[in-house]
Parts: sequence; structure tokens; C-alpha cells
Amino acid sequence: MAYAKTVLSNGDVQRVVDRIAHQILEKTQGAQDVVLLGIATRGVPLAQRLADRILAFEGRSIPVGTLDITLYRDDLRQQSMRAVGRTEEPPGGIDGRRVVLVDDVLFSGRTIRAALDAISDLGRPAVVQLAVLVDRGHRQLPIRADYVGKNIPTALSEKVRVKLAEIDGVDEVQLEGAPA
Amino acid sequence: MKHLLSAADLDAATATEILDIAASMAAVSGREIKKLPTLRGRTVVNLFYEDSTRTRISFEAAAKRLSADVINFSAKGSSVAKGESLKDTAWTLQAMGADAVVIRHPASGAPHRLANWVEGSVLNAGDGTHEHPTQALLDAYTIRSRMGKIDGLQVAIVGDVLHSRVARSNVLLLTTLGAKVTLVGPPTLVPSELGEYSYDLDAVLPEADVVMMLRVQRERMTDSYFPSAREYSRRYGLDGARVRRMPDHAIVMHPGPMNRGMEITPEVADSPRSTIVEQVTNGVSVRMACLYLLLGGKHS
Amino acid sequence: MKIYIRDGVIVEKGQEDRLVDTGGLVALPGLVDLHTHLREPGREDAETVLSGSRAAALGGFTAVCAMANTSPVADTAGVVEQVYRLGQEAGLVDVQPIGAVTVGLAGERLAELGAMADSRARVRVFSDDGHCVHDPRLMRRALEYVKAFDGVIAQHAEEPRLTEGAQMHEGTESARLGLTGWPAVAEESIIARDVLLAAHVGARLHICHVSTAGSVEIIRQAKARGIRVTAEVTPHHLLLTHELAGSYDPVYKVNPPLRTERDVNALREGLRDGTIDIIATDHAPHAAEDKECEWAYARPGMLGLETALSIAIHVLGQDWELIADRMSAAPARIAQLANHGQPLRPGSPANFTLVDPAARWTVEPHGLASLSHNTPYAGMVLPGRVVHTYLRGEQTVADGKVTK
Repeated sequence: MAYAKTVLSNGDVQRVVDRIAHQILEKTQGAQDVVLLGIATRGVPLAQRLADRILAFEGRSIPVGTLDITLYRDDLRQQSMRAVGRTEEPPGGIDGRRVVLVDDVLFSGRTIRAALDAISDLGRPAVVQLAVLVDRGHRQLPIRADYVGKNIPTALSEKVRVKLAEIDGVDEVQLEGAPA
Repeated sequence: MKHLLSAADLDAATATEILDIAASMAAVSGREIKKLPTLRGRTVVNLFYEDSTRTRISFEAAAKRLSADVINFSAKGSSVAKGESLKDTAWTLQAMGADAVVIRHPASGAPHRLANWVEGSVLNAGDGTHEHPTQALLDAYTIRSRMGKIDGLQVAIVGDVLHSRVARSNVLLLTTLGAKVTLVGPPTLVPSELGEYSYDLDAVLPEADVVMMLRVQRERMTDSYFPSAREYSRRYGLDGARVRRMPDHAIVMHPGPMNRGMEITPEVADSPRSTIVEQVTNGVSVRMACLYLLLGGKHS
Repeated sequence: MKIYIRDGVIVEKGQEDRLVDTGGLVALPGLVDLHTHLREPGREDAETVLSGSRAAALGGFTAVCAMANTSPVADTAGVVEQVYRLGQEAGLVDVQPIGAVTVGLAGERLAELGAMADSRARVRVFSDDGHCVHDPRLMRRALEYVKAFDGVIAQHAEEPRLTEGAQMHEGTESARLGLTGWPAVAEESIIARDVLLAAHVGARLHICHVSTAGSVEIIRQAKARGIRVTAEVTPHHLLLTHELAGSYDPVYKVNPPLRTERDVNALREGLRDGTIDIIATDHAPHAAEDKECEWAYARPGMLGLETALSIAIHVLGQDWELIADRMSAAPARIAQLANHGQPLRPGSPANFTLVDPAARWTVEPHGLASLSHNTPYAGMVLPGRVVHTYLRGEQTVADGKVTK
């Protein structure tokens, strides 16, 4: 029997984002030198929300950029052709800055590896950190997140579906799959 | 998509996607590190049976910026010059593990033939008097960058349409993308089968949003396609006076290399309306997009 | 039906030394091809007189006229006698050499037409096929000269200045494909000129491989005016059209080129009403390397001997009387082959072929007897199959297999 279990519902998602924003402020001395880089697709609105919250909490405006990592993927040959999205460097660039990568789900780590490659072609940040809404485990590379909204233990066969109001009209995180 | 042989292979959605990807590629070309790892480990062969340094360099730069291994196979001084057939050359390329072959050839349809004999993708970089699809794509990209759109524009393609692979590809692609194309030139050089046409440049100019001038080779004169270079320029050359008859927003394009003084005057070629330099720049981005489209995924 | 044969001639019942029972098969007089390229001497890798003879017999032919564009060119008594002798040795069909009109097919001066006519090969048809005899004065002289031995000039109608670099029919497809066009007018203008020349000097004229609606109309008018002109059409021009060039596969490259559907319809009509006298194959074998290449570099021509009858049945239906006339009686008459094209009755040479009209077969290029494989019909299912062929009472094809 297939099932879809809601892990985070509407209000939960925003509370988790708020918590990540606080953690970033805490760990970076009030978000000094921080720029946020959202990984397309759903990392982009998440990065914007984090910037909005940091502005609300601290009154500090954080530059936000977007990173499309399609052209850095190592699995292009295994997939049918993917559309290429836009990469926009944050105002002021990333050289010497504290870059916080933002994505919705951390899984194998391959996306983050591609993102690190992309960043090194864009410039030379002082520090790179990673913020994710959900960590579902099953890493295939030695990569970990600095800021995790929620750890969700999953089976490999399951899918984590993140919906965000900016794109999907609603905030929600669901766990989908068939029980073993 | 397996091959890019003709602009007719592209529907509006695919063509638009290529132009969009090209825009992303152009952003990469603007930064300090111009390289992407996308096609690492893949081999692109430039198989050129005609001297065309511009086109070859453009493809080479495109492939290298995507980290592909590039092998330049020039027909001059090679086994090809010694009479090796295209089919035998194809088998050689196959044995070398070419993932894509970019071919420029003086015979129309040679890329279609090659596609039967290699497993990799074939990209037509100009075949005889048939087509040059990446030129049409970069022209479309240039038009879209300058005019903000292609749909609904009036485009005049002027000159030796009969012998022009650029014209054939542009008619197909720009029509697919919603432009209205008119072919202009003397009746000897404008085949009526290719679409809307006119023999009167001055009648077409006031309505044109884009005027694309084609190279006219002087040799055509000896074949009696027209009486003299002077008469050709007078009737179909683009000079300052004619440009002033065009709408203020209209642009002038030329695929190069130009015959200054023949189909276009230096004054026009170097004016702000001219997109000639941009066309060359855009060529690399568009070709990156095409290579990505052909190689950046699994073929079903 | 039973056919009684004695000493290679059809005889009355009771006089025979052998008997052929046709069973349910259709008996046709042995087919005659006025236009065959056997490639020997010179290109024995593409076809030989023997391999071409095999293909011919399998196609139901008992006589073929071998075109002169060999290497060396068949422009002397020596070469035509060599081809004639090779045909005799093969012994499967009568190979009747055609002589070149001009030395080396160069279109500059007349070959020794009389010497070829007087040779053992008894040449009566002369042609520079592959090249047009384009010089009007030379054409006039040739037409006049062969009257002495009742010869005929078979013209390859192609105005060379209008077809420089030509690759395919000039029209929508050539414009789209960027291949230099071969305009219909290049054929029609030469035919118009030559029927007038033939009328002027009172000579016979034969037009090779007519391919356009305009040509049919010119020939129709010439015949109505009493001009002694005959004409042939190939099977491929009766069936195939220029759109096939879209694949750039040179198996569809031929000269004259494949034309439009309108032309095909006019050719079929002309063939039925007798404006076009005969079907001739223009069987043109080419080695693989001359076809597996770029279109522009490929040599023009298609195989035809083994598929001609099936295409004729496909195009004309099972009108055996019409097929016998257009593929046997009329070409034998034009080529002056007295022993061929005769009706199957006592007194006629026992040259005939037996056809299964209900059979259908799939064309497989490597299954053909020709040394070359350049058939445009690969994979097509065609009606009618030659089962047996007899040349002067001797079986050359038995159960669809050549006997030697």
C-alpha cells in the first residue's frame, strides 16, 4: 500500500526556517560576512526566507544569490536532458565571504558536491557552510550539513517531497513510499 | 535529441530551450573561470572538410568550455586529402570513441550520411548549400537579445539565397519561432520555393525589423547571376541611404565574412545597428547550448 | 497452355522435340531491354557481361542492348565485337552492343558508325548515353549518316549548359535540400530540337529515358506530325519521385533525376497511349564506394533488370498484351532484333518467359544476381515473379534460378 505521511505541515515549515535563521546568527556572530546561495529549485525561496528572517531578527540585510548546478552534475549521462536554470551571484560576489548554501533536502550529497564545484568556479569564499530544511540520511559522500531544520529517518525506497508556498502554493513536507 | 542536422529538426519549444540555455552559457562566458565540467570525459571531433577557421574556433571554444576533449580533424593534409571516403573516416572516428562529430562539408547532406555511419551525435556545422543550423540559432539568439522577441518580427534575408546555407536554416528556424521572413535578391538568386520573396529591396526595408545581409561571392558574376558587382550593389547592397529607410529600431545582421562594398558598406557594417560582432560572440554560447543538448543526457 | 519447340523454334503440336507446359503461369515473349549498362570492359567490379546476363535472364529478358559507355568506350568495331562475343559466351541472353555516336563519347566527331554496323555485332542503335550529343550540327550529321544502314540514334536528352553540377530535379526539393537542380527544360529543349532535326533530315530518332511531362507532350506532338521518333521510359521514372532525395541516400541519384508525381502520371499515361513506345531499364550497376558516399560525389544510376517486370505489373496492372508490346515487341522492333519480340506462335524463335502473376516478393539488394546492390526498391514487396525463361528453347532460368 502506497502512503504519504505529512512530516511538516504549514506552520511547521516556517518555524523550522526561523530556527535555522537563529542558528546561523548564533554561529556566525550575527551573520557577519554571510551571503546566502540558494540551490535551484527549492533552495532559492528558502534562501530568500532565511534572509527575510535574519533581516527581521537582526535588522541585517544579507545578500542572496542562486546557484544552478545542472552543468556540474556527475550523473548527466544517466538521466535524460535537464533544463538549465540561472545562476546569479549575490550582490558583492562571494570572494572572501562566508557562503551559506541552502537546499531543501540533503540526501546522497552529490548535489552539494556539484554545488561546491560550481562555487569554486565562481570565486573563492572564506568559508562555505550548508543549511538544509530536511536531512534524510543515506549519504554517498563525506558531506554534512551545518544547519539542519529536521532530521527525518527514511528508507532508501521512500521519497521526501518538499512543497513551498512560493512554488507549490503551500508549505509542506511529506514522506512518500511503500512499506517494505 | 540525437543529431542536429537541419534547423527543421527543431520545434519552437526545443529551439527556445537552446536559446535559454545559451543565455546561461553566456553568463559563464562573462566570468573569470569560463569553464564548466559538464562534458568532462566526452570527446568532440571537429571534422572540417572546408577551411572555416571562424566556425571551427567557435565550436572548439564551446566544447572546451564544457570540458570536452576536442580533436580537430582537418581534411587538408590528412588521409581525407589522400582520398579516404567519408564512410571510412566515420569508422575511424567511431574507433576513437567520438561522442559527437561536428562536421563542415562542401557537399549538401554529408552530415545526414555521416549520421548513418557513426554511433555518436552529428552536428551540422554547414553542409554545401544546404544548411547551417547553429548559425541560424545564433542569429535567432542575437535577434532575441536585441529586439526582446522573435515572434511577430519582419525579417528580410537579402542576397544570394540560392547558394546560402545560412538563409535556408534561418528561414526554417525564424519561421518556427514566429517571424515573418521575406527573401530578397535578384530572381536568379532567390528560389521562389523557399518562401515569401521580393525582388525589390527598397520596398521591403520600411517594414523590416531585421535585415540580414548574405555574403555574395564575386564568382557568381561570371556565372551570369548578375551583370556586375556595381550593378549588384546598386540594386541590393545595403548603404547608409537604404538604412535610413528602415524603422529606427531595425537591426542589420551579417553572418560574415563580409564583402565590404559589395553587399554592405563599411558605414553600415560598423554602425550601432549592426550586430555583426555580437553574432560572433553569441556563437560560442549557442554552440555550447547545442553540445549540451546533444551530449548532456541519455538518449532514449 | 503448352508450347511445342523444335530446334529452338516454336512449332505445331506433334512436330516438337520438346514440350513446355506453362501450367498456371503467364507466358510472355522474352523481354528485350534497349538500355542496359553491363560495365564490361572497364568496371568488372560493378558488373560483367555474365553477371548482367544472369540478372537479365532472371528478370525475364532474352535480349539486352549494352550501352556504349564502357572503358574503353564502345566506339570501334573491336570493342562492340568483344562485348558481343562475351554475351555469346555467357549464353543467357542475346547481348546486342550499342555503339557510341562520337569518339570517346566526347561529342566532337563521329565514331566509325559504319564499321560497327558492318561488324559481327551488327550494331544498329548508336548512343552517347550518359552524355548528350549536344552539338546540333553533329547530331544532324549522325541522324543523317546512319540512314545508310537503317540505324537509329538514341539520344540522352540533356542540355549540358543547363545541367552543370546538377544533382536532382530542379524544384521544391532541390531548393530545400540545397542540391543543384536539373531542370525539366534541359531535357525538353533537346527533345524539341532533335525531333525537328529528325524531321528535317528524314531520319529515325529514339529518345532515352524520358522523364518529364513536357517531354511526353513534345513527343506526342511530333508523332502526330508523322515524325519518326520513338521513346523509352524507365521503371524508376514510372514509380519514384524526387522527394526520395530527402534522405541524401545516393541510391536515389539517377540521370535524368527522379521527377514529380505529375511527371510520373504523365509518363504512365504516355506509356499507355503509345506516345512512349517502350520500358527500358537503364540498368546501371555501381560499386559500393560509388554509392556509399556524399550525394554529390555519387555516380548516378540504379539497378533495373531484375525488378523491371514487377514494376511494370505494378504500374500497368496485369495487362499482358500491353506489357508484351512495351517490353518485348516494340523494343525488338526499335533495335531491329528480328529474333526477339515475336508473338508465341509456330515459326517464332522460342524466346519466352513464364511469370507467376500471383507471386509477391521482397527486394533484397544482396539477393540479386547483379554484382552491385544499388536498387532503389530494397525492402519493397513487388508483384509478379519470373519462374522460367527460355532462350531459343534452352532454359536460362528454372524455378527462379539461373541455369548457368
